[in-house]
Amino acid sequence: MSSEAVAVRERRRGSHRLRLFAHQLRGEQRVFWRSREAALFIFLFPLLLFVLLGSVYSGKIYGVPASQALLAGLIGYGCANTAFAGLAIQLVIRRENAILKRLRATPLPAATYVAALLTSTLIVFVLQVVALFLLGRALYGTPFPSAPGSLAGAIVVGTAMFAALGVATASMIRSAEGSSAIVNFILLPMAFLSGAFGPTLHYPAFLRAIGDVLPLKYFINLVNAVYLHGETIWSKPEDLAVIAAWGVAGLLVAVFRFRWEPREG
Amino acid sequence: MPAISVSGLRKSYGHLEAVRGVDFEIEEGEVFGLLGPNGAGKTTTVEILEGYRDRDAGEVSVLGNDPQRPGPDFRERIGVVLQQSQLWPNLTVRETHALFAGYYEHPRSVDEVIELVGLAEKRDARVKTLSGGQKRRLDLGVALVGDPELVFLDEPTTGFDPAARRAAWEMIRSLRSLGKTVLLTTHYLDEAEQLADRVAVLREGLIVRVGTPRELTTSELEVEIRYHRDGEEIVVRTTEPTRVLYELTTDAVARGAELDRLEVRRPTLEDVYLALTEEEAE
Repeated sequence: MSSEAVAVRERRRGSHRLRLFAHQLRGEQRVFWRSREAALFIFLFPLLLFVLLGSVYSGKIYGVPASQALLAGLIGYGCANTAFAGLAIQLVIRRENAILKRLRATPLPAATYVAALLTSTLIVFVLQVVALFLLGRALYGTPFPSAPGSLAGAIVVGTAMFAALGVATASMIRSAEGSSAIVNFILLPMAFLSGAFGPTLHYPAFLRAIGDVLPLKYFINLVNAVYLHGETIWSKPEDLAVIAAWGVAGLLVAVFRFRWEPREG
Repeated sequence: MPAISVSGLRKSYGHLEAVRGVDFEIEEGEVFGLLGPNGAGKTTTVEILEGYRDRDAGEVSVLGNDPQRPGPDFRERIGVVLQQSQLWPNLTVRETHALFAGYYEHPRSVDEVIELVGLAEKRDARVKTLSGGQKRRLDLGVALVGDPELVFLDEPTTGFDPAARRAAWEMIRSLRSLGKTVLLTTHYLDEAEQLADRVAVLREGLIVRVGTPRELTTSELEVEIRYHRDGEEIVVRTTEPTRVLYELTTDAVARGAELDRLEVRRPTLEDVYLALTEEEAE
């Protein structure tokens, strides 16, 4: 075969892959928004918490208006909720219901499927961030981000890290029934200890020490730096390093333990 | 070239030898039934052919592919109905078909497939509102939407009520008229008898018999002849029913007597199957 023919075939395959990706992404979005439980729990819950906490806290947190600090914290919670908890629960359900196994018998490439699922998750979270900013502006007069590029970078980094942890966690959960309980057992304490729902200064030292190990705290640090203090994400290399380390750890577990088939049968 | 050829296939899970040296061939356009009790190795065999599991030993060719290292178009050409699987509860029947159709380069028309599996009335219903039988038809529709040459059906009617089974049988027959090759596993004898051109009976990881349903029932077992004499039932089992009947009737005619409640019974596939799968137990 001539090199031209090979190039043509490669281009055709590339555009076919792209078409499959777009098709699956549309499908994932439809599946997500059609499921009332997912849309409520994953998309609306952080907005609801923002309204609740915003009406409880007033004055300043860490030297900035409380509503702004809460907005940054809830971006952190929303990221973990969407990319970690939401993705983990969905993947366990899909695996145990043999939806993943079923897909493996179709020509949809595994990489295209995973890319579409992760992109769909990112879209949901970006829409949630936009909704948080609009809500904050309307209710508490919080400003829009001054460095949207850096905030977008932080969102992508955080989503990638939590998605890796979500896939890793899904690979360690055995049954669909227990998945929601297990994931929330991790998520909610992590959010409290990482300051997603308000300052942790008055927490006992050992609780803060636990929070210091968990990844959400470092993602919130990053969002704080970018949103509250107008810095770039590169101003926080140590936070980025911790996030990257958790992301790589999650990715390794995900790659080695991921299964397409139900645990039983 | 046969659509599927398997020789010397083996697969173990730990110490359990699920498949212990299986050979068979399936011709293009044939409906082939793998029949056997639970745990006989049916699903393991099928999942090796579908590419889900790696074999321990043996040669396997499916549409010219080794399913362990399939060519790029292998999955374009097969359709799979798993024993148990669910689809998106909140998509409609039509959306589900369209989602799967998008995975294939040359899909069939979505509406045609929905019609074919008898879900036209449920086109816009959400999957979660379908009955068990309707969900199974959706599984079949989704397996057919890519217009496969070869369709795997793993226990397609397990758990169906009789009416739903009849409907499923009609659909499977329509696959044959579309020219598809079908590999069907079942533990229902009547299903194999009704649908399959040829049947392989699997027991403990080995094929104990292959043939058309008719071949299996004509060659194997003795015919049973029953009649009553002096109020007592007499049963004769023989592989030469013509000769035995001739002797019995000649004798009766000579005596001027009637063979009371005479009955000649040919073994059903069920008798053959039970004999084959229970030999071990005796």
